Amino acid sequence: MSKLISYEKKNTRIHELSGFTKLVFFILWCLTSALTYDTRILHIMVIIGACIYRLSGTSWKQVSTVFKAVMFFMLINLLCIFFFAPYQGCDIYKSRTDLADLFGNYSITAEQLFYEYNVMIKYFTVIPTIFIFLVTTDPSELAASMNGVGIPYTVSYAFSLALRYIPDLQGDFRKIRNAQEARGIEMSSKAGLMERIKRNASIISPLLFSSMDRIEVVSNAMELRGFGKKKKRSWYSKKKLAPADYAVIAFIIVFSAAVLIITYMDGSRFYNPFI
Amino acid sequence: MKIKFGIKEVVATGIGTALFVVLTEVQIPLVIVPNTALQPRMAILSFLAAVFGPMVGALVGLLGHALGDALFYGSVWWSWVLPEAIVGIAIGLFRKRFGVKEGAFGKNAIIWFNIVQIIANAIAWVGAAPALDVAVYAEPSNKVFAQGALACLGNVIIIGVLGSILLAAYSKIAGKSSSLTKED
Repeated sequence: MSKLISYEKKNTRIHELSGFTKLVFFILWCLTSALTYDTRILHIMVIIGACIYRLSGTSWKQVSTVFKAVMFFMLINLLCIFFFAPYQGCDIYKSRTDLADLFGNYSITAEQLFYEYNVMIKYFTVIPTIFIFLVTTDPSELAASMNGVGIPYTVSYAFSLALRYIPDLQGDFRKIRNAQEARGIEMSSKAGLMERIKRNASIISPLLFSSMDRIEVVSNAMELRGFGKKKKRSWYSKKKLAPADYAVIAFIIVFSAAVLIITYMDGSRFYNPFI
Repeated sequence: MKIKFGIKEVVATGIGTALFVVLTEVQIPLVIVPNTALQPRMAILSFLAAVFGPMVGALVGLLGHALGDALFYGSVWWSWVLPEAIVGIAIGLFRKRFGVKEGAFGKNAIIWFNIVQIIANAIAWVGAAPALDVAVYAEPSNKVFAQGALACLGNVIIIGVLGSILLAAYSKIAGKSSSLTKED
């Protein structure tokens, strides 16, 4: 069973920041990391990410399973890039330095290695922030902060409902799966494709239909309590912004702006060491 | 067109997203190609969109994909999150035609449902996702188009089979106003 990353209460600087701050930071950070291909900046981002990870007091045990999964997908992705486009790097950096010949039309070039290195460290810029964001943000405060960044409160509330119901539904899912397996429905890879889809249906349909009932019950309860009657709503878990929050928000705005200016200054997103 | 987002839609989005996230762990590997799998969670997305409409479809796609990937895989591939919403919206827009809640999800509706889902998947995974991958992440285009085509195929199969089964089954339960039948 795969282990999910979940919120854990601790007493660190990062935990004390408001969810709003962390959400803004997370969004801008991901955006910046996606847009820039400037290797120097990516290195700086990896270092900042590592520092924040230290500060957040996240233990390795909390994230190791998921981290291994990311590493696995990253390797597959890097290999795929190489096999589909062995000379993507040469196209981007407009030069070609052969290092070693492989088979057929494939040879390793310095440009390709450098390009894939960039793709790789991009992963390492984003991973720590995702981990920290998920591990240090209280789910119900997150809904309040989504509303704070201008997302309608109905949508924020739906999001907080989702976070609230994930553990419940996961429990239901396991119960149903165990029950069906006990009745002899095998889920392993022995059966053919169609057969396996049907067997999955025998687990998913009870789960889905009981969820449909749950939707009915919960929405009736919310209606009775007058949800959605007013244009605004207040949040129990909303934190007021402290000076530290303003500092972090100011930092991330200045940082992203600076990164984008530096990245696009010479008219290309790529930092080119081959010229 | 007025898009309704009332209490029921809010709750459907919330619980639907949770369902989508939980089912991220269920993957049926396609035997032919390694590392691609059918995702039953896509059937859930198509189901919710067909029952509750485009807004719920879009949000379950966006929130569910982003949250599910973050929680299970620790990284969010934004260029694949947005196309998920396209599928949800497209199927949701034709909700009236399916008539799931009226118990009218029969042969005609199944054909309509599948035509819509195939077109929506093609736009999302062969069009939008690879295009965004190339534009945002500068990945090689033949690689992302191959990935997109595979994802499209997988999603069409799983929504076509599992999605249709679930909708037909639900339509039978939900559409019945009473168990009485008229005698001739």
